[in-house]
Amino acid sequence: LLKMLGKCMSILSTVFTTKHPADSLVEMAKDQFYRRGSFNSYQSNTSDEDMVEIADAPLDFSLADDVPPLDREPQEGYTNHNGAGMNGASKIMDFLDEPIPGLGTYEDFNTIDWVREKSRDRDRHREITSKSKESLWALIKGLSDAFSGWLVMLLVGLMAGAIAGLIDMASHWMTDLKEGVCLVGFWYNHEHCCWTSDETTFEQRDKCPQWKSWSELFLDQSEGAGAYILNYFIYVSWALAFAFLAVSLVRVFAPYACGSGIPEIKTILSGFIIRGYLGKWTLIIKTVTLVLAVSSGLSLGKEGPLVHVACCCGNIVCHLCAKYRKNEAKRREVLSAAAAAGVSVAFGAPIGGVLFSLEEVSYYFPLKTLWRSFFAALVAAFTLRSINPFGNSRLVLFYVEFHSPWHLLELVPFILLGIFGGLWGAFFIRANIAWCRRRKTTKLGKYPVLEVLVVTAITGIIAFPNDYTKMSTSGLISELFNDCGLLDSSQLCDYINDVNSTKNIDDLPDRAAGKGVYMAMWQLALALLFKIFITIFTFGMKVPSGLFIPSMAVGAIAGRLLGVGMEQLAYYHHDWIIFRGWCSPGADCITPGLYAMVGAAACLGGVTRMTVSLVVIMFELTGGLEYIVPLMAAAMTSKWVSDAIGREGIYEAHIRLNGYPFLEAKEEFTHRTLAMDVMRPRRNDPPLTSLTQDGMKVEDVETIINETTYSGFPVIVSKESQRLVGFVLRRDLIISIENGRQRQDGIVSTSLIYFTEHPPVQLPNNPAALKLRSVLDLSPFTVTDHTPMEIVVDIFRKLGLRQCLVTHNGRLLGIITKKDILKHIAQMANQDPDSIMFN
Amino acid sequence: MAVGTVFMVLYLLVELAVSDSSKSSEDVRCKCICPPYRNLTGHIYNKNVSQKDCNCLHVVEPMPVPGRDVEAYCLLCECKYEERSTTTIKVTIIIYLTVVGALLVYMAFLMIVDPLIRKQDSYIQPLHNEEDTERLFCPGSLLAGGVGRMGPVGVQSPASDTRPFAPSHAQARANTVLERVEGAQQRWKRQVQEQRKTVFDRHKMLS
Repeated sequence: LLKMLGKCMSILSTVFTTKHPADSLVEMAKDQFYRRGSFNSYQSNTSDEDMVEIADAPLDFSLADDVPPLDREPQEGYTNHNGAGMNGASKIMDFLDEPIPGLGTYEDFNTIDWVREKSRDRDRHREITSKSKESLWALIKGLSDAFSGWLVMLLVGLMAGAIAGLIDMASHWMTDLKEGVCLVGFWYNHEHCCWTSDETTFEQRDKCPQWKSWSELFLDQSEGAGAYILNYFIYVSWALAFAFLAVSLVRVFAPYACGSGIPEIKTILSGFIIRGYLGKWTLIIKTVTLVLAVSSGLSLGKEGPLVHVACCCGNIVCHLCAKYRKNEAKRREVLSAAAAAGVSVAFGAPIGGVLFSLEEVSYYFPLKTLWRSFFAALVAAFTLRSINPFGNSRLVLFYVEFHSPWHLLELVPFILLGIFGGLWGAFFIRANIAWCRRRKTTKLGKYPVLEVLVVTAITGIIAFPNDYTKMSTSGLISELFNDCGLLDSSQLCDYINDVNSTKNIDDLPDRAAGKGVYMAMWQLALALLFKIFITIFTFGMKVPSGLFIPSMAVGAIAGRLLGVGMEQLAYYHHDWIIFRGWCSPGADCITPGLYAMVGAAACLGGVTRMTVSLVVIMFELTGGLEYIVPLMAAAMTSKWVSDAIGREGIYEAHIRLNGYPFLEAKEEFTHRTLAMDVMRPRRNDPPLTSLTQDGMKVEDVETIINETTYSGFPVIVSKESQRLVGFVLRRDLIISIENGRQRQDGIVSTSLIYFTEHPPVQLPNNPAALKLRSVLDLSPFTVTDHTPMEIVVDIFRKLGLRQCLVTHNGRLLGIITKKDILKHIAQMANQDPDSIMFN
Repeated sequence: MAVGTVFMVLYLLVELAVSDSSKSSEDVRCKCICPPYRNLTGHIYNKNVSQKDCNCLHVVEPMPVPGRDVEAYCLLCECKYEERSTTTIKVTIIIYLTVVGALLVYMAFLMIVDPLIRKQDSYIQPLHNEEDTERLFCPGSLLAGGVGRMGPVGVQSPASDTRPFAPSHAQARANTVLERVEGAQQRWKRQVQEQRKTVFDRHKMLS
């Protein structure tokens, strides 16, 4: 265990160093921000914090000289001169004076400003800290605020675990409902129906009199053509009914519940707002329809959607607690942890879940979130375990446990499996994206219900005759992972036993394959072909559909085929030079189940391009530490191969297909363009729309708001000087003006609006002026027009900026938004820049 | 939203309580699988014993081999102690079916009954509003105007003829609660409509 932990920690530390720059940059920015605050010394107690923070960020000292000379200006001049005294204290005061509902929120399909959200949270936190010194009640409130994060995690874990248990049980039951029904209680699935039965035999261990197949129930015969046709018909009918129910529920109640959800979660975690995507209706419908979709026998899994379900839980729990309800950045921390809980219950792999959240879905993942994810994953796994959905005291159906050693030479077939996984991953991504694009652009997309029904019918009709496609996909994986012993009587384990063998049961020698194994090989090969093709058309349909299980199944089938092949090769040719020495007759040298596992990892890696989390998930599934190296080799090879063919994983490909504003952190921007090439306005456009800090009337501002669609406006000192004061968001502006008109006396269309500290001097008979300093962001990020785009992209990526202003000689010149950057990147990659649809 | 969370937590507590308390006789088993041995075929033994008794010697009855072979035979057998909770299974499946049933009923309601009600509503709604304003602003003309207008539609209860004020208050309150529910439902429907357009018609997302 220690060894494993050590490995985990080293993995973690490497991952962290890659993500850390973002953190330290943010810290840096904050330091800059607050140090100025303390420079102006409104609040002496912040300086303590600053000292600590500065000490934490060594980079900061090098920047100290770069801090603009503004800081060294005399204090009064600084604050009076352009009103840009950047002190957190006054900001807090303003917020406290007039809390306007709706201020600081975002509209649907907008991008959040991480920097602003985080600074707001710090303001809030500082306020609580300073208050808690005053009274006991405030102290308790402060403590409960600090504790609420963990409480939220606890609730998320409980909910995610409970829902996963429900999904597991219900889908297991409904899958078996396609074949028959239990007479002692309709709620039992096949396995539980025969649980206490004494009549099960060694050969047909799933047969018992309590469980009736449909033909036994209606025709009173279990064999024969009539019974087969009836069973066939009922199987397909149930599948169609489930699929139809699923797609119509999705269509009527929650269209957002379809698909895997991971691309959207990734986009949301990177700071995009999709209202309703994580709502309660989505949660209910996704849970219900996921069961239906899985049990309809479609080639899809429940793992990806479970991540979405867990994130819905996270979002809903966030509403209980003001700290997370009001702050989008804080809420995303909870969602990151919820994603970890989702994977934790999907695979029964808590640590794998945390790493999955870190490697695959999260955008901003500080250490605090890591610990919270850890806790949430733990609670979720514990909850699921206590529900015990499979009745085997395990968290997943395909848990396996084998400890047979592997030989170094076996790395060659493992790498071959890695290559297969990579090829399959790349092929799948290409084909699936092409098909989804077809669905998006052609008439095919007009018939979502019909599409689901047709695919289900095809799946059902082809799947039924083959035993390995007829069973549920996770059941198939479980059987493929299983190592054949004397106790197994399935077709796949039909080996010819040496009767005289007195060996112990635990180390069976390699045996010759019997007739059943050859038969199973044929069936598995057909199942492999079927799964490969049907999954392409299934993923992306308008039902909840995950990708993990089908790709694992493809890999596991391929791996098992190769494993059995190797085993028989070694059995019949143990005198070959490669087998000599380690595979002598009577030795147990090749474990086909291990090959299936490695193949599953390779295929999953090829599709999703995960590495670390994938290996951890796999070894948590198997509980065998000695297989880390084979799994790593396969995962790495498959990543190399698939990366060589196509650069992006399935989730990134879907993000790009849908044009979500997601700034990929993994890719480098290498083009030599400058900020001035990207910024708006372009060369021949009219100048940037901006507001002046005083001297504009309410009606002027309203005209600007009505005539433009920009989501924010820079505020400048005056039209002549074009010197920058700050940035104000359109939504905040609208809300505050409306609020001012309603609540404040004497605000009319001709009232002045001012963003300065003190009201401008005006004639006594003029109407009262409206102060909007509280909505002004006094610390917008600026770059000069000659900044290379590589740096700008980096700043956006690491700080999570929404927009950045461009200056030239200190004069405001233009603005770069995240959308501009995404369009620019698309343009540079010779793609259609208009495919980025949202802001 | 809070209700949902509370419900989830309750469900969880029930599950936990159920899985702990009711270990009925059919919830534990000791299953021994014995592979083929000499001329014996493989066999599965299933018995309801406690965990410490879960081994070949206690479960395999009657022993198919003579005394001296018992040890060898039992070495081959694998015994596993397993627990489950039948109540949890039952409760879960029934909860799930209830939810699906409720959703189906609601779906049918939204697709079949609701349009019919809406059609009637479009006649009632304007009159209703007018009447409300009249009540508010000129209480004197309330009876004549209100009942007279409501008459043909036939919604007003006869009681309001005799006691004009009490029922109108009660109705107003019921109205506001109903209206609030109605409003929330309308808002939700609009949202879903919007989502459907984004996902199914315009194919902007999730395709």
